[in-house]
Amino acid sequence: MESRRNPRAVVDPKVRQVGFFTSSQPDSTHQPDPIASESHPVVSRNSLSPVMIPPPRHNSSDTFPLRAASAVSPSSFSYSTRRDFPDGSTTAASPGRVSRGSFSKPSSSSLPGVGMDSMAAAKSSSVPASGLTTVSVVVNMPPGLSEKESDQKKNSKPLKEKTTKAERRALQEAQRAAKAAAKAEGGKAPLVSSGSVASTNVKAAKPAKPSSQKNDVAVAAAAGPSEKKGGQTEKDRKKDAPHPRMQYDDESRVVKAKRRAVVKQTEAKNRVELFRHLPQYEHGTQLPDLETKFFQLDPMHPAVYKVGLQYLSGDISGGNARCIAMLQAFQEVVKDYSTPSEKTLNRDMTAKISSYVSFLIECRPLSVSMGNAIRFVKNRIAKLPITLSESEAKAALQSDIERFINEKIIMADTVIVKHAVTKIRDGDVLLTYGSPTAVEMVLLHAHELGKKFRVLVVDSRPKLEGQLLLRRLIKRGINCTYTHINAISYIMHEVTKVFLGASSVLSNGTVYSRVGTACVAMVASAFRVPVLVCCEAYKFHERVQLDSICSNELGDPNAISKVHGREDINYLDGLTNNANLQFLNLMYDATPSDYISMIITDYGMVPPTSVPVIVREYQKEHMLV
Amino acid sequence: MTEVNPNPNPNHNGIVASDWIEQAQAAALLRYPVIAGRGPSFSVIEEFNKWRQQADLAEAVAAIRALAAVIRASEARTMMELEIELKKASATLKSWDTTSISLRAGCDLFMRYVTRTSALESEDFNTAKSRVLGRAEKFGEISYKARKIIAVLSQDFIFDGCTILVHGFSRVVLEILKTATQNKKLFRVLCTEGRPDKTGVLLAKELAKLDVPVKLLIDSAVAYSMDEVDMVIVGADGVVESGGVINMMGTYQIALLAHSMNKPVYVAAESYKFARLYPLDQKDLAPALRPIDFGVHVPPKIEVERSARDYTPPQYLTMLFTDLGVLTPSVVSDELIQLYL
Repeated sequence: MESRRNPRAVVDPKVRQVGFFTSSQPDSTHQPDPIASESHPVVSRNSLSPVMIPPPRHNSSDTFPLRAASAVSPSSFSYSTRRDFPDGSTTAASPGRVSRGSFSKPSSSSLPGVGMDSMAAAKSSSVPASGLTTVSVVVNMPPGLSEKESDQKKNSKPLKEKTTKAERRALQEAQRAAKAAAKAEGGKAPLVSSGSVASTNVKAAKPAKPSSQKNDVAVAAAAGPSEKKGGQTEKDRKKDAPHPRMQYDDESRVVKAKRRAVVKQTEAKNRVELFRHLPQYEHGTQLPDLETKFFQLDPMHPAVYKVGLQYLSGDISGGNARCIAMLQAFQEVVKDYSTPSEKTLNRDMTAKISSYVSFLIECRPLSVSMGNAIRFVKNRIAKLPITLSESEAKAALQSDIERFINEKIIMADTVIVKHAVTKIRDGDVLLTYGSPTAVEMVLLHAHELGKKFRVLVVDSRPKLEGQLLLRRLIKRGINCTYTHINAISYIMHEVTKVFLGASSVLSNGTVYSRVGTACVAMVASAFRVPVLVCCEAYKFHERVQLDSICSNELGDPNAISKVHGREDINYLDGLTNNANLQFLNLMYDATPSDYISMIITDYGMVPPTSVPVIVREYQKEHMLV
Repeated sequence: MTEVNPNPNPNHNGIVASDWIEQAQAAALLRYPVIAGRGPSFSVIEEFNKWRQQADLAEAVAAIRALAAVIRASEARTMMELEIELKKASATLKSWDTTSISLRAGCDLFMRYVTRTSALESEDFNTAKSRVLGRAEKFGEISYKARKIIAVLSQDFIFDGCTILVHGFSRVVLEILKTATQNKKLFRVLCTEGRPDKTGVLLAKELAKLDVPVKLLIDSAVAYSMDEVDMVIVGADGVVESGGVINMMGTYQIALLAHSMNKPVYVAAESYKFARLYPLDQKDLAPALRPIDFGVHVPPKIEVERSARDYTPPQYLTMLFTDLGVLTPSVVSDELIQLYL
């Protein structure tokens, strides 16, 4: 374990190292000059005693992802790098690059100044390398860094055996980087998933300090396990993304999930620290890949596959549409199903549905409406009497699904419309945000009834869903105004009512819907304008959410940096790989119940406090059904 | 059927066998009599009036009792027919005073409560009918006794030496204060004048009879006196689904004042007043206009706000005293959902 004694100072300035860090001499991974210039590490290396916590030395260049590969010194571990570490580090594509203070050595973490850390932490590579890497790894590592890392790896002398592994790893990473670089055009960072996956595998890893988005240097975890993980990295990388409800920073489960996935996911770069527990957006590259596999996926039913692709490409979006599409696909599945011998219909069908659901999740995380519908379907399957013949069972199931769609979605919408139009008076100015299907139906119906009102459609980037609603309303002759969400405080004084849609309403009355809804509701509430949320009862959920962070969905970060149709707006082009910049594209947000005046459901108009009552009654109904 | 129609003795409980046979025979002769203008609907109003003659009975309770009588006197042979009869009777009663929220709410709740029995179809009609009748009577009893129950439940909130502000002449609130004096509590009451109905003066007179120290205020003096007030107790015309209340004009003002000065506002309302309304703002209510006498002549070109009711949103109310218990405003919706689901 001589490596353990290697002081590898971590220089990452962004990381606050707390805890005992072994100073471990700076690694043998001397950086090539450029790095050396950066400084740092050498100095501090030898000066620290094992339990001293050196003051961080800040070197601008120091924030680099740790390359674990090279010398992972078994020194103290402090934080484990989170797997989210972008693979940049692993791509050792360009050898010549100077690693900017990559920290290769683990132990050095304690030494802020030390340039090299075996950051690997972030990456799986780092993990293995440094059983005890202490170095924190910058999460967003520009690809260039990877090269450095490989350099570093090569340079790590002290650990002979590790070096070999490191070399192997460097090689792997180089290959991967090359591949990734080729794919990188799409604007997706060519990140090898290994990094994140690997890092997740680090058992000893302690959660990296969520230093704001800037600083994603995580300290690599114990070297020992990481080494092993290094070997697994590649395999893990090939696995697909885990279940969306899973916390992505829980390494072992990520690995397990990856083993089962169908869709290959690549690692996302530039992860935001605060949202690491969510599945990162990697879908852009999946579509062509999946399309080519259409005829090869035996276990997958073509209808389900089709729906999955439609989700991936964004053709179907919106809670109701996605749910209906999925349920119709399931109806096809049931129709084509035949029980294999020696299996019962209940269990086998449930297993099949579960596997299809996993596939759909890989395409796009489930919405609450879909989740509830799936629960319903599984419930119905489980309740099928054993005495039914297969065709009877299939027919029963299909009609159940049909009934669900009709009663809970289509008819529910008519009831909602009926209640909501009573709240629209002549002379009203109604504001709506985005493109909620229920609200659209309300407005159209009110217009048919001859009420005189005008509509204000508020929209926001990057999805610009409001434009679709606008077109449909104008076609029917409704008087509309269109504005961007930045202007809501400007126009709110003339609004009389706000109608919003919801992806789900939670038990504490919180409305979970498209990002931006909370802003609109809060501004309306400040202006004392009543806020009415139209939501079908099947979208209610018994969980409670207090903020928009613990459960959300991440969208395509490139959609933020680019403006569709405006190629001249390219200010961020060179910066997508910058370690200091992360893009965050959230899809949902949570609006607290204080800002909601009324929720209109198929059970009538209720205050937000009555949602748990409806959830309770709703479950009962399901049990009886 | 009209001729044979009975409602011979509205006070007898249950159908006597001979009556029943007679009615059945008559029914066999006449098929599907014209419903409009039939005996029962006519007698509903009579019944209603009869009940209302009882002193101090709330309109809604009288209506509920009348509807129970309709069931008793009904000659329907099937549940559907019975329901139709009830609906007609209910509509007639509601039309008696279209602005009264409690009357409407009472009738609707009665209908839901009574027809919500399960397994009605599987039994023979008479058992079902007697069960329905039983529920109807029970509902009537509860509503009748609601005031007493509320008075008992609210005693804990009145402590010795407290000052209570009341607004509007609510018999429930009067009952509460009466019971408090009977329990030998010492308190004083500030009573708003309650223009234009002058209800405050009437209430003050009643309280004076009970030897409760009363102070009359003009409506504008509420903020001035709010410092010395410990709690505000008001009645309600109706309790809406959001948990807010509709009450005499001025209640919203007082609730706002009390809320901003951190004084609790209690609303005493029977459970049959829970209505399926959900106003978003003041103008969302059905208007109830009353003439206002300003004492001096007002030229016709000056517009006068004649609305007699306002809506107080639930965030300004602390508690609701109801016969179902002492509840927070959010419970109203829960109760309604359970009843209407």
